[in-house]
Order: sequence, then C-alpha cells, then structure tokens
Amino acid sequence: MKRRSFISKGALGTFSTILGAEIVFGHEVPLGYTPLALQDPDPFKLFKKDSDMTVLNTKPWNIEAKAHLLDDKITPNKFMFIRNNGLIPENIDVNNWSLTIDGESVKKPKTYSLSELKTKFQQYTYQLTLECGGNGRSEFNPPAKGNQWTIGAVSCANWTGVRLKDVLEDVGLKSDAVYIGYHAADIHLSRNPEKEPISRGVPIAKAQQDETLLAFQMNGEDIPLAHGYPLRLVSGGWPASTSGKWVNGISVRNKEHDGAKMTGTSYRVPCEPVAPGEKVADEDMCIIESMPVKSLITYPKSGAMIKEGQSLNIRGHAWAGELEVSKMEYSVDFGSTWNNCTIEKPVNRLAWQHFSAKISDFPKKGYYEVWARATDSQGNGQPMLLPGWNPKGYLNNACHRIAIKVI
Amino acid sequence: MSHENKFKQQVRRLYHKLIIAFGLIGIAVFAFIYVALNPSILHNKPEETEIIAIPQVEGKIENGIHMETGFVDEEGLAEVIQNCTNCHSAKLVTQNRMTKEGWIATIRWMQETQNLWDLGNQEEAIVNYLAINYAPQKKGRREVLTNVEWYSLKD
Repeated sequence: MKRRSFISKGALGTFSTILGAEIVFGHEVPLGYTPLALQDPDPFKLFKKDSDMTVLNTKPWNIEAKAHLLDDKITPNKFMFIRNNGLIPENIDVNNWSLTIDGESVKKPKTYSLSELKTKFQQYTYQLTLECGGNGRSEFNPPAKGNQWTIGAVSCANWTGVRLKDVLEDVGLKSDAVYIGYHAADIHLSRNPEKEPISRGVPIAKAQQDETLLAFQMNGEDIPLAHGYPLRLVSGGWPASTSGKWVNGISVRNKEHDGAKMTGTSYRVPCEPVAPGEKVADEDMCIIESMPVKSLITYPKSGAMIKEGQSLNIRGHAWAGELEVSKMEYSVDFGSTWNNCTIEKPVNRLAWQHFSAKISDFPKKGYYEVWARATDSQGNGQPMLLPGWNPKGYLNNACHRIAIKVI
Repeated sequence: MSHENKFKQQVRRLYHKLIIAFGLIGIAVFAFIYVALNPSILHNKPEETEIIAIPQVEGKIENGIHMETGFVDEEGLAEVIQNCTNCHSAKLVTQNRMTKEGWIATIRWMQETQNLWDLGNQEEAIVNYLAINYAPQKKGRREVLTNVEWYSLKD
C-alpha cells in the first residue's frame, strides 16, 4: 500500500527518492519513459537467437554473431545480427498494413495493401548479403562512437518479395527521380511520434536493380519481427541500413533523400581521406554506397589446437558489395606468403561466396594465426591493417584471422 | 389542515427519495462512463516496473560494477543512470570509449537530434564520470587476439 502511493508519484519521482539525488529536469521527461535498468527481457528467447550471440545494446536492440556462428551457407534467423535504430513497432496489424509510394517524383501517390503487393507483382527470391556499415567499428583507433560491432554484423539469408522497380513502374515515375527513401513503423527512442528513428534510401539506379526487393519472407517464412515483419526493403551489398525494416512508405525523391540518418555524419565517410582522429565537417562527408570486399573464416572456431602433421581444413564466406569476389587467399605467416583458397561463384548477384582450403603447411609446432584475404573483381583486396580511419568507424574490412596452435 | 400537511409531507418525502434515487443513478452513470473511458484505473498499472525498480536501482555493486546496468561504481553513477538510461540502454554507454570532448559532443548530438533534455548542473558530473571511467585506450592499427578459448580439434 505504501508501495502504491510511492508509485503514484510517478516513476521518476520515486527513482530520485531511491537514488537520493534529484532529477533536476525530471519534469521534462516525457511520460512513459522507463529507465532501462528496470527492463530485462531475454533477447535470445524474444527473438529466437542463439545464446552465443553477443548483445551490444538492449534499447535499441543490437545483437551480433561470432564468426563461427556464421558457418551456414544461408544464414538462419538464430545467427542473424540485429541492428535497430529505434524501438520495434508495437501492435502490428498485418491485415491493415499498407505501403504508400509518394514523393516529388511520382506522378501520383499510390497505396498498396500487403496482399495487393503479393498478388499483383511477380515474386522473386534472392540470397542477399546484408552487412551493417559499422561492422568492425570496435577496432578503430581513436575509437568511434556507436555500437561497437566486432565482426558479426553480417548475414546472407534468402529474401522473397516483389521487385521495387516493378512497383515503382506501376506507380509511374517522373523523369527527375534520383533517389528513394523509405519510411517505417518503428518508434523513435524518445517516443516522439514526430521523429523517425531512421529513414534512409538508395539512388534510383540501385532501387531499380532486379535484386532490390520489397520482401515479406526470409528463408521461406514470414520475416521475423526483429528483422522487419511484415515488409522490408532489401538492397543487398549496401550498408544494411538501406534495407529498411517495417516499411510502410517509399518516397521517390527528385534530390538525395534527406530522412533521418541520411545527413550529417550518419553512414558517411570523409569524401577525402583524413588522418586518424581528424575533425571532418559535415559537408565533407560522403554517403557510403556499395560495401567493400570482405571475408570471414567461419570454420574452425578460433582457438583450435591440432597435432603436428595434422592438416587443417578452413572455410568461410567472402563478399564484395556490388561486385564479386574473384580471389580468396589465406596466410599462416602474417602475410609473408599467401595461398589460394577455393572460392565458389555466388548463387546470385549480391550473395556471399563460400571458400575453403586445406592447410598442411604449418612448418613446426607453435602459435599461428590463419589470415584470410578476399580480392574483388576490380582487384581491390582486403587490408591486413585497419583501413582509412573515419569519424563514425564505418567500412572496416580488414582481414579476419583466427588463432591456431600446433602441438 | 392536518390532512393537507400530511399530504405535503408525503409529497416532500417522495420528492427527497426521488432526488436521492436520481442522484445515485447519475453517479452510477458517471462512474460507468469514466471507467469505460479510462479502463486502466481498474488495474494497478505502474506496479510491474516499479516493484522491480526498487531493489534493482539501489542495486548490487560487485567488484566495483553496478550489476543492473554494468556501469562502473564511481562518482557520478547516480546522475548517469538517471539521465543516460531512459532512451537507450547502459550498454550503449559502456561499450564506448571517448575523451571528455567526445562525450560532450555526443551529449550535444543527442540534445540536438535525439530529444535529450538539458542536463543542467548534472552535466559536469556526468561528463567527468564518462571521461574518467570510459576513456579511450590506445589500440594501434591492429590488436593482438585476446580471449582465445583453446580446444582440441580432431581431424
């Protein structure tokens, strides 16, 4: 009963009493805020994620995989990273879900129901690589702010949906269309309904690629809630933030889309390279488009001990944004010498490729690292050191390595 | 006369009873409408979160870490919990490393774009706490592999 009167003063009032300190601006905190320390749902159960996944942030949810968890050729939900910018939409009504195409460059805005999208347009399935622009951020020095992704913010699942270009054609575009931007049902962290947590997009050419989908299935099932149920824009090979979740609108713009996290420093790198730690003005930052060439050794898990004379089979995946991976190599001597791996062709454009190698050239007992290096179809290889420093810590495609002991 | 009085009294009594009856009906209707419009008053809604809150925020400190949030238990912890865990989780703070300048810039960015409120005279304590306990470490251009869990791999 005491408790109840305690409560009625409101969470923040009580909160400050408990802490013995005053919340000076407590009265300005919107109602409905619950200090995060008070919530602790189990994300692994909530999102059906493997318990070995790493939770970087609980509000918003940000969860990443580890290299060895990504061994599957097609990433299942349980090993798929979550990068959310806002709160997952509440009370999704799939029967009344609609997608509105508007913007300066549509002849006339048009709205589709989910079932119209599914029945009116031909459906396609592609396996598409989605990597967070900030994957690898944790390695930058000086550090960059944001979620400190290591290597696990990448996935390659099968996505089924309709081509965005087919829908755009049905709507009818003006000739001045240059960019599209998505709008979605997620909720801003401040719970201000006026604010969108994220509203990014891609140039019209990328939007009109065959593989750019308005997807409603992932790996043959409804898209899991955390990954954008019931409708997600999927643009493989580009920062995964361009693949908007819970999409309910697409604006076709006659200029670069200027939604949340399109401008400023978000998902941008310096147009001209800068020294580590250098300040960069907003106008000197350029939007990230295709992701760079990269690879992961997904087997064995780092830390394998083998007997002298025993050979070691390695495998993993490599991807190169809009491009293909044309060469895959490994080194057991920190890059002094490189050996070729077998690299498969992608199942479709923008899908990651699988590599494997049998290593039987460990010269003697001791500690080794196996480094992997992919090279794309334009001859760009992965750097062994961190690539160009940038203020927000994007695009770290440095070689992945695992530790091995020969005993 | 007495007949007339008696009759008047009866009418008055009836009149009072009617007023009470209609009054009660009126109150009942009002109450019904109120509940219909505010169904939540029938539930003790704030309980779920707050009951948990009391022991948690007073919170266990183990090895210098506030267990509920993962924050380092140092001067400024209370201010940081109050102001920095409303919108995002403590993890977004604890996984980052910044200089004092960097933390201030981050607070400004949140105030300009993310609806963070003015931190008033608590800002200094918050910034100092962050700059001291979550300062950047030199990492070089590539770190040594750490936390390797060794295991035997059969052929």
